Amino acid sequence: MSGLEVLDNLLIKNGLIMAFLVVGIMMWLSDLISKKLFRKRIPGVAIAILAALVLAYFGEEKGVANFPVFSGMALLGGAMLRDFTIVATAMGVSLSELKKTGLAGILSLLIGVILTFFVGGLIGYAMGYTDAVSFTTIGAGACTYIVGPITGAAIGASSDIIAISVATGVIKTIFVTIITPIVAKRIGLDNPGTAMVFGGMIGTTSGVAAGLAATDPKLVPYGAMTATFYTGIGVLLCPSVFYLLMKYLLS
Amino acid sequence: MKIYGVAFLAACFLLGQLAGKYLGIALGVGGNVGGVGLAMLLLVLVNDRFYNKTSIHPETKSGIIFWSTMYIPVVIAMASVLNVKVALTGGWVAVFSGIIATSCCYLLIPMLSRLAKTKGTAE
Repeated sequence: MSGLEVLDNLLIKNGLIMAFLVVGIMMWLSDLISKKLFRKRIPGVAIAILAALVLAYFGEEKGVANFPVFSGMALLGGAMLRDFTIVATAMGVSLSELKKTGLAGILSLLIGVILTFFVGGLIGYAMGYTDAVSFTTIGAGACTYIVGPITGAAIGASSDIIAISVATGVIKTIFVTIITPIVAKRIGLDNPGTAMVFGGMIGTTSGVAAGLAATDPKLVPYGAMTATFYTGIGVLLCPSVFYLLMKYLLS
Repeated sequence: MKIYGVAFLAACFLLGQLAGKYLGIALGVGGNVGGVGLAMLLLVLVNDRFYNKTSIHPETKSGIIFWSTMYIPVVIAMASVLNVKVALTGGWVAVFSGIIATSCCYLLIPMLSRLAKTKGTAE
């Protein structure tokens, strides 16, 4: 075994530890770039997330984790640790704030799912996907990349339509990640109440979490708390009520 | 000890996820409905109770705080394992539908949060 192979083996076997090192270095470099190049006008976290998205492009369906050396990134960035750390952020949440915005949070969830479904589906309709199954599947994909394929499978969409709907959801996540810190000021996203409304309206937990982390980490738990209900509501409404409605409207 | 905090966090996490699973089954959706949100709510409620009566030992608290700060590295790792390639090969339908639908939601956020604020002051 050559020296390089030994190193390779070591890094693959200790994937999670390798991921700690990689993310640490990325964060350090991004902070440096943020300070020296942008005078902190673009937060280091935002630069690191953008760099991570670029890295992901070099991989396939698992992003950079398709390279064995980086396989630990899938564990560090997987659903288990994502959800665990998000729950931990609730330590900084104030109960009175939740009570104050609770109702608006629930309302924003409903409006968010309905608006996203119909606008997303309409865009697909305008671009030639005019049957009820395609409309519903693409609209569901615009909600999140989990709602899309579940809905598509439930109502018997073809695999290429499901692929489009997954792509729609991933585009949304990336868009939210990049655009949130940029428009935060303009939409008044600087307080817990708005963060809860934001989480409910946008819904993609990954995008909401990443976007808020780059905007103001203190807001993350508020946005994440409402966003976590979004996918469930989407899965509940899209293949049932919305599909029946579309079938009625489009036939 | 720090592990008390981590174990407590784990308990909230698992209970919340379990409740989310049951909620999913009850609604006939399968999957997990708001498991994370329910876990967070549990943590907030317990924390709030303890905070007012006996304060949690700082060492125990630091076990939870550590994981809450690990959240940003996790998000960065998460971004690096997204299927960016499929997103860019999904064609223009995916791009337009994803971006325009989301933008509409952004436009409504100020209105809804104003609603939340007026309700807050009215109380």
